[in-house]
Amino acid sequence: MTLLLDVTLCAFVLGIALAAVAGHGVFRAVVFFIVYGLLLSVAWVRLDAVNVALAEAAIGGGLTGVLLLTTYGKLARDGAEAGAMGGGFNLPVGLICAGLSGALVWAWFALPLPDAPGPQTAEALPRAGAGNPVTAVLLNFRAWDTLLESVVLLTALIGVWILGRDEDWHARLGLPQHSRPGGVMAGFGRVLPPVGFLVGVYLVYVGADHPGGAFQGGTVLAAVGLVAALAGQIRPPRISDWQWRAALVVGPLVFITSGLAGAMFFGGFLTLPADIAAGAIFAIEAALAVSIAVTLALLVIGPPQAGHRA
Amino acid sequence: MTLWLTCVAFGVLCSLGLALVRVWIGPDRADRMMAAQLAGTGGVAVLILIAALQGWAGLDVALILALSGALAAVGFVKATSPDGGGDPEEEDTAGAPSETGDRNADT
Amino acid sequence: MPIPDHATLATYATYAFTGVGLFFFIAGTVGILRFPDVFSRLHALTKADNLGLGFITLGVAFQADTWRDIAVLALIWALALVAAGTVSQLIARDALAERDGR
Repeated sequence: MTLLLDVTLCAFVLGIALAAVAGHGVFRAVVFFIVYGLLLSVAWVRLDAVNVALAEAAIGGGLTGVLLLTTYGKLARDGAEAGAMGGGFNLPVGLICAGLSGALVWAWFALPLPDAPGPQTAEALPRAGAGNPVTAVLLNFRAWDTLLESVVLLTALIGVWILGRDEDWHARLGLPQHSRPGGVMAGFGRVLPPVGFLVGVYLVYVGADHPGGAFQGGTVLAAVGLVAALAGQIRPPRISDWQWRAALVVGPLVFITSGLAGAMFFGGFLTLPADIAAGAIFAIEAALAVSIAVTLALLVIGPPQAGHRA
Repeated sequence: MTLWLTCVAFGVLCSLGLALVRVWIGPDRADRMMAAQLAGTGGVAVLILIAALQGWAGLDVALILALSGALAAVGFVKATSPDGGGDPEEEDTAGAPSETGDRNADT
Repeated sequence: MPIPDHATLATYATYAFTGVGLFFFIAGTVGILRFPDVFSRLHALTKADNLGLGFITLGVAFQADTWRDIAVLALIWALALVAAGTVSQLIARDALAERDGR
């Protein structure tokens, strides 16, 4: 019976993916993509990858959905024509995709199936400073990758800001949001953020030993902040606001500082000795969560565009 | 008990999948978006059942999924509002947006 | 007839509530597919599906191991209710404005 559940889930995920790329209208494709993200998080939980499911639920369903819907709205307001969605089948692209899928399938069958952390990881885990193996890998064993990812996020945000017009540079980010005072949206934007903030902070805190962590907590905080901003209860910052700039860089800064401390005192960049590893990981996670939350929220809000209400 | 919960999860998943037909055919944009909301609520139910079967750590994912569904719907009404930042409650059905006291009136 | 012990009562409660929840979910899907108008479909979605979610949450809560899990289940349902109430209002007014030609 569990097999039937899994097979149905896979069939639905594939069907929704096909429906999303089948054309016949941009809005339909966007909604199918949102549903795809929702079902994919269910699939991740079935695979016992709760850390990934947490991130997928917040990003795939919520943040990316809002991004795509906002883009659709802007295109509709600018009167852009949804051009003929290429009704045919593109043979070269189809062959490349088929080849890539075949390579992935071959790789999946060729590799041994891991169902627990490998022997070297399991042996090093008690010294890592975190009971959750995902957190231990992300913030201790492979901290270099996580550091680069956090800087990549920041670079993406700067790339989005560059898209703003010159005359808008000093305006607030994104389109001005307003809602009826005392209405449903305004009330939602006031009731939800405290609860969501609590959940986000809880996820960051509990990530050391249970599924969670900086990234998962950060995405929840970003989603909740986005709800408050969309309801008009919080105004997005200006690019020149130094407090927000500080919040953006505090995560990578703390990470780099910890790395340099490791290089100077403990024998290697980003090395964490076992007795201070737990505290160091917690400090890095707290700072990283703040940065990730602010970066993701500002990524979705977009470049400064106050000058032209379309 | 395990078998029953798995059957209920399968049933909810199937009803979720069937409702997605409304995304495909729904003539209005609101039809498509509300079917996505159904998928969100159904997903929360499936996740709660899977958490009962597999391990209670999955409850946090259900919490976040409920939140994401609401966020996507708020994004939808914002995107389809006339100026990209409006509230459908501000537009009375006579068509003109009512005077609301713009909180963001600093350009 | 002897009173069943609470483990059996919990099992019966789970069977009953999750079964009712499944019925409401199926009703919600039938509604969203068969009702003639966007507003009536919104009724089906908001009421039937959230009631189904509530019953399933209640049924699963009888199987929980700790009070923390029950509290998280209650929080999930409360959040789903608040979200559904807000979202249905917003989508309905958006559909109304759309139909009246904005």
